[in-house]
Amino acid sequence: MNAPTEVIPLAAKDFKSDYKPVWCPGCGDYSVLSAVTKALAMLNLRPENVAVVSGIGCSSRIPAYTTCYGFHGVHGRSLPAATGLKVARPDLTVLVASGDGDGYSIGGNHFLHACRRNVDLTYIVMDNHVYGMTKGQPSPTTEPDWSSKLAPGGTGLREFHPLVIALASGANFIARAFSGDPNGTAHLIAEAVRHPGFSFLEVLSPCVTFRPEQRQWKERARPAPVAATDDPVRAARRILTDDGFNIGVLYRGHRAPYKAASATPTHSPDDLAAAFST
Amino acid sequence: MAMKMQPASNAYEDFMSRAYTMELEAIERYAQFAEQLEAHNNKEVASLFRRLSGIEALHAKRILEEMGWPSTPALPPAYAWEGPEAPETAPFDALHYLMQPWHALEIALQCETRAQQYYESVATSKAPRRVRAAAAEMALEEREHVRLIRAWMAKVPRPADGWDLDPDPPRMGD
Repeated sequence: MNAPTEVIPLAAKDFKSDYKPVWCPGCGDYSVLSAVTKALAMLNLRPENVAVVSGIGCSSRIPAYTTCYGFHGVHGRSLPAATGLKVARPDLTVLVASGDGDGYSIGGNHFLHACRRNVDLTYIVMDNHVYGMTKGQPSPTTEPDWSSKLAPGGTGLREFHPLVIALASGANFIARAFSGDPNGTAHLIAEAVRHPGFSFLEVLSPCVTFRPEQRQWKERARPAPVAATDDPVRAARRILTDDGFNIGVLYRGHRAPYKAASATPTHSPDDLAAAFST
Repeated sequence: MAMKMQPASNAYEDFMSRAYTMELEAIERYAQFAEQLEAHNNKEVASLFRRLSGIEALHAKRILEEMGWPSTPALPPAYAWEGPEAPETAPFDALHYLMQPWHALEIALQCETRAQQYYESVATSKAPRRVRAAAAEMALEEREHVRLIRAWMAKVPRPADGWDLDPDPPRMGD
């Protein structure tokens, strides 16, 4: 019999891989990565028990920069992949990383249904109101009057409001963070992971290359003046009427998370491999 | 910039823990900056940020030794600062891929100045005497760091106008 091994708590650095991020210097996503690793250490988790699933975009590079299991998937499809993983392996802590283009446009429909299904996932969306990786096109959260070479005079289109959409669709936990406060963001991520069901955390994460004016966000972001509510009507009113810079937990629901009907496997991996063999 | 100090007898420990947290956060941020600029092949400034991170690490080590604390906490406590981060932490978005050593030192100068102001505010606050004495000593140290960085900056070429112009930018903006 093996001697019992002591489980040593890990530090944030133990969740960082050897791959160096290639985001632009000053990008808010560096802080989000730092916050994710701090949160995982805070939660006393181990990399082998955590999966980070993403789609496509600057923010979606995060899985490679952690020592956790990772899946850098298809554009907009991080949530279906993560849902499948969590249902098949409920023992894993599953974080899903996305951006405003990947998560709200290409993956917009999946966002609604992930909220509705309430599978126990933590969805972190790094929102910079622009498609940074593809050189600065307006995204669903871009302001209607943001003028650029690609959209002179602005799109004139009303922005998508992810938090209120999440609330209306059934998300069980809704919070907003700011990447300029990595410690605060780490605490919010930890709280989101602890909360059962689908937890949605929008992180305001400036794009210093295509939206340099977003450096001013640090002057605007401040703690939400009121405590989180479990009343969706009150939460809706608050979220709809704030200016988008209230930081903290805004809604904490009590819906029971989705549980798969049966955890008993009906097929072994060998069966599945045989079914796909040609 | 002064914060509420604990009235209890552990106010001194609490203050030193804050000071230690400030150093940890500065170490981490400078190391992150070094990594970012290494990835963008700005090796000169990256190595300067590594040096700054190392200097802060010496300060942190000294606090640990002075307090006789056994080990480095894995995570800084969630202190409430006046801004989103500790006074000595550089803003996460302070970088530019073409920045020069002078810019890095300018960032460090601002951080050290904020730290000095923070300690001065504690030293003149209504905190317990031992805390005020420690804060006054740290304010003096920070003032010395400010002086050293200014001297360092004087030896480094000041960037010319247009230092950030790149005829072949990695990403084409408007």
